[in-house]
This record gives sequence, C-alpha cells and structure tokens, in this order.
Amino acid sequence: MSIWEYANPKKFIATTTPVIPWAFGGAMLCLLVGLVWGFFLTPQADRFGSTVKIIYVHVPSAMMAINAWAMMLVASLIWLIRRHHVSALAAKAAAPVGMTMTLIALFTGAVWGQPMWGTWWAWDPRLTSFLILFLFYLGYIALWEAIPDPDQAADLTSVLCLVGSVFAILSRYAVLFWNQGLHQGATLSLDAKENISDVYWFPLLVCLAGFILLFVALVLMRTGTEIRVRRLRALERQAQRALA
Amino acid sequence: MMPELGKYAVTVLSAYGVTLVLLLGLTGLSWRRWRRLKAEMDRIERGRDG
Repeated sequence: MSIWEYANPKKFIATTTPVIPWAFGGAMLCLLVGLVWGFFLTPQADRFGSTVKIIYVHVPSAMMAINAWAMMLVASLIWLIRRHHVSALAAKAAAPVGMTMTLIALFTGAVWGQPMWGTWWAWDPRLTSFLILFLFYLGYIALWEAIPDPDQAADLTSVLCLVGSVFAILSRYAVLFWNQGLHQGATLSLDAKENISDVYWFPLLVCLAGFILLFVALVLMRTGTEIRVRRLRALERQAQRALA
Repeated sequence: MMPELGKYAVTVLSAYGVTLVLLLGLTGLSWRRWRRLKAEMDRIERGRDG
C-alpha cells in the first residue's frame, strides 16, 4: 500500500472521516486537562507572577502557527511536484487554522509583554517575523479566494507558501539569530537543562498535545470540506454543459 | 476556586478568553461548513444514484 493512495479524494474522505471525532475528542480532553492544570494548579513564578499561566496558550499557539506553515509547505511541494489535488486542498484548509494560531500567539504575546516589558509591542526580531507570518497567512488566503481557476490558484499559493517559509523559519529561530530582542529564548528545548521547571513543563506538554490534535482534527475536517466544494463545482459545470 | 492572579488578573484572563473564543469560533465555523457541504453532497449523490 502506498501513501499516494490517499491522494484519491474519495479514499481520503473515507479514511479520515472516522478519525476526526477521535482527534477532536483527544484534543478536548488534552486541552481541558492541560488548561485546568496550568491555570488552577500551577504556582506563580518569581519573575513573571501569575502571567506565567499565559504560557499554556501562548507557546502551543506559537508552535502551531509555525508548524501549520511547515505542513502547508510540504503539501504545496507535493502539489507542485506530483499534482495531487488533495495536497493543495489540505494546504488551503490549514491556512485559516494557522492564521488563527498566529493571531492567538500575537495577542497573548502582546498582553503578556505589556506588564513584563512595559510595552504591548516592540519591533523585536521574533515579534516582527511573527507579524510578517500573519500577513503571509492573510495573503495566502486572499490569493486562494482571488483566483477562480483552482489549479492556477494552487500553483500561485504554493509559490507564495515557499516564499513565506523564510519567515516561518525566521519566526522559529529569530531568538537564536539575533540576541538584541526583548523576547526570551526558546521555552521548549530537547536539552533538559534549558527547559522550564517540571511544575510548568508537564501541563504545557498536555496543552501542546491538545493543540496538535485540534490542528489535525480541523485540517482533516476542512480538507474534506474543500474536496466536497471542488466536487460540487465540477458537478455544477457538468450540469451547465449538459444544458448548453 | 479561582487561583490568586493578583494585579495580572485582567492580563491572564483576557489571554485565556480570547484564545478560547478564537478556537471555539474556528471549530464551530469549520464544523458548520463541513456538515452543510456533507449534507449537500449526500443529497446530490442520492439523486444521481436514484
């Protein structure tokens, strides 16, 4: 069995439809446990006070904002190389989810920054690259809507996705490239010494799992919707030709 | 049992509030559109088969 079998829209819908409720259920469970644990059961931090609790929505949303673009990049490359429609539609389906995650990361970062840095916004490398990433999401969605021919729209949005990947990478590694920004270093690291204290780390892991599962559920559901929209338009065109 | 948020209560609650509203809004809109399109496709396919 090959992974490319799932490029068949019918097979994709048949396979993913039973997965969606499980992904949603897992997401709700993880988010409920993680957010309740993080919000109600973690102590205040010396440096951040109670604002440390924002980490449970800020870090997972920021992580998913970048990873959603990475997923769109892979799907766009598959479209450009192999011309599978499902991959282009999956990238299209992921964009509003990634944009929402970016918006959450920007908002929660701003409200966290105000008491900690004394400002809602600074032209810090990570903040600026995230703002540009948000604008790329907006542009990507607008481009899909602006072009009536779906294949041409998929081509152009895939190219835009390749260009925007520079900013997705910058958003991820900006704190390592430049040290002059206000934003602190990475919260998540494979190096245990660099990580936050376990009391904050474990609920954060549960929240991360919740955001990942929610992303999977939403993208599968929205891809199914996009496949159906495309099929409906094809049937409408067929009916119009038959009448002509 | 609300945790003690001190002077940052508005900051923390607004961060959680906006996050939940955006996530629930996105999920609700996605779900509604998915159901509508699925019902429409099912109706058309039943018509074609019948």
